[in-house]
Amino acid sequence: MPPTLSSADFLTSWSAVLLYFVAAVGFVAGGLIFWWVIRPSRITAEKLTTYECGEEPIGGAWVQFNVRFYVFALVFLVFDVEAVFLLPWAVVFRELGAIAFLEGLFFIAVLAIGLAYVWRKGDLAWVRLDDRVSP
Amino acid sequence: MDALLRLFSLIPGWDQNVPAWASISLAGLLAAGLCLGFISLGPVGYVYVERKLAGFMQDRLGPMRVGPWGLLQTIADTIKLLFKEAIFPAAVNRPLFVVAPCLVVIGAFMGFAVLPFSPTWQGTDLDVGAFYVIAIGSLSTVGLIMAGWASNNKYALFGAMRSAAQIVSYEIPAVMSLIVVVMIAGSLSLQQIVAAQAGGLHNWFLWKFFPLNVIAFLVFFTATLAECNRTPFDIPEAESELVAGFHTEYSGFFFAMFFLAEYTEMFVASAMVSVLFLGGFAAPLPVLQTVAGFDIGPVWLIAKAWALVFVHMWLRWTLPRLRVDQLMHVAWKVLLPIALFLIVVIGGLLTAPATAGGFPWDPWFGWPLTALLCGYLMLTALRAWRWHARQVREAVA
Amino acid sequence: MIESVLFYTFAALALVSAVVVIAQKSPFYSAFGLIVVLCSLSGIFAVLGSPFIAVIQLVVYAGAIMVLFLFVLMLLNVQRETDDVGGSAPLRLAAAALASAFAAQVAAVIARARIVSGPEQYEASTRKVAELLFSPAFLYVFEATSILILAALVGAIVLAKRDL
Repeated sequence: MPPTLSSADFLTSWSAVLLYFVAAVGFVAGGLIFWWVIRPSRITAEKLTTYECGEEPIGGAWVQFNVRFYVFALVFLVFDVEAVFLLPWAVVFRELGAIAFLEGLFFIAVLAIGLAYVWRKGDLAWVRLDDRVSP
Repeated sequence: MDALLRLFSLIPGWDQNVPAWASISLAGLLAAGLCLGFISLGPVGYVYVERKLAGFMQDRLGPMRVGPWGLLQTIADTIKLLFKEAIFPAAVNRPLFVVAPCLVVIGAFMGFAVLPFSPTWQGTDLDVGAFYVIAIGSLSTVGLIMAGWASNNKYALFGAMRSAAQIVSYEIPAVMSLIVVVMIAGSLSLQQIVAAQAGGLHNWFLWKFFPLNVIAFLVFFTATLAECNRTPFDIPEAESELVAGFHTEYSGFFFAMFFLAEYTEMFVASAMVSVLFLGGFAAPLPVLQTVAGFDIGPVWLIAKAWALVFVHMWLRWTLPRLRVDQLMHVAWKVLLPIALFLIVVIGGLLTAPATAGGFPWDPWFGWPLTALLCGYLMLTALRAWRWHARQVREAVA
Repeated sequence: MIESVLFYTFAALALVSAVVVIAQKSPFYSAFGLIVVLCSLSGIFAVLGSPFIAVIQLVVYAGAIMVLFLFVLMLLNVQRETDDVGGSAPLRLAAAALASAFAAQVAAVIARARIVSGPEQYEASTRKVAELLFSPAFLYVFEATSILILAALVGAIVLAKRDL
């Protein structure tokens, strides 16, 4: 009897993920080592400057970013959590019947209200109206 | 892996002499090696095809110098990249600068562990397969931010931030349209999702609940296109404003790694679209599933994925780039409401006993529409080709 | 046997990177260390036989929350910590007291814990998790979660409105 992977045993079903990871790390490491062996190295001071289309860079790149990124990441997080709850629902709602469907419907409705709220507040637009008006 | 294990047990005395852990490890590493070979040779072909296509669409010849019809161009480019020196600009954060491209490549590759090429040719059929692919995809965002931040370059950091914002925004519509498929199939396992679509082209999820699932397909395809940072969603690496985005400071093999990751992501995303909507490894006609007794599922999956990769390239040379506000508009105000609406409607239809198995007219649309689409595409390609040939003739004359 | 090896590998990785999170002066190193912690926790969940929780761990924590953290770091433009650690004497005293209280708590938990040799066999597939989650017992809790998420969303938007 050959070892098969169809059993519910975790090690057998996740061993491929682990082995693929090991192989990928080996591949990347091997590539980098190979490159390290064959690549030339003639570094000059000019090559080590930060690329800015030939201009002298002024200051570093680690500057303060727009608050929009943060708002989108927050909204994303909320909807990601929603999706995580909906996925198991999608798997079983047919077997559990109409009650489970209504349950999911209520869940989606509440989050649709959330989406409508964010939309109405203008936070789904990259350039918000009041951003543009205020100096 | 199952297929390899079966191959091993054909060898006389293998099962008696080799312990199970050894043959599982060997099979896993061998399967991973096959996939790694596929992804590392793939870009050589993709880049050539993409450049030739770009040339054709813009009425140029594309690469012609290296080898016949420029066939060896990308091989020459690969060799050139390997012989470039590694430049670590003085301002970079060196450890993270090195780790970032590795993370991006490994993240892009890990999706292969669950891609079903046939009932037995699959890394592993995880119970959470489809969700796993999404999870691995979301990890590559971290790699991109790491690359941008470690570069300490304004272009790189801006590209990385834009890229991350874009990927996370489009992940939501992607998951939501994935939920539509999961509802119909009743499972997250990719193997079972494909099994639910067996029996020919008219059974593919694309044609279920016609035309609702076509919309879900378009939402998912658009979202994966955006997650691969391909035009029209390529502001993260918009050449005309950000030089090369997050990989501006990378040279040589590091640069090649980002390229490898991009094309791998493209293939994995296209393969996922095929698995979820286009029947995966199932042939359009059950007769075509086996050739001389051999299951040619892998050929079908790769053919479908490549067809979608072609669409990616085609769109790249057809559509202009979206602005950042338009990009967010499409993700949050168009795709997400559509996907939520589809979840509710299709959920309702599945709960109602009369439509639990799909609309009564579902079987009648698949074949005629596919034939129409293919015919139209071939006609267009033919006309474009003849126009191109005439231009060449006139230029020569 | 292999399960135990994997479990302890992931656990050790999680602990080491957790130490990195605290010890690093650069906030970005801390954030990336935290990502390694979360990924190892995901590995632990997988080894313990909860694939769904493992993947959730990756999607929600390593994928979403860490991206949010990184965006916040960019937004606030946090710089490297300076070297004058320590602060005043009362502060140090309070830190020592809190640390020993925490250590005592951990020791108590470990002392009372029932050490099992390996993961107990139980099925926690997506289907099982879902069937439990949508059973009448958890119906109210599940719907309350949606209200909680809505509240979080509204709160986030209101907070972001303030000038930073």
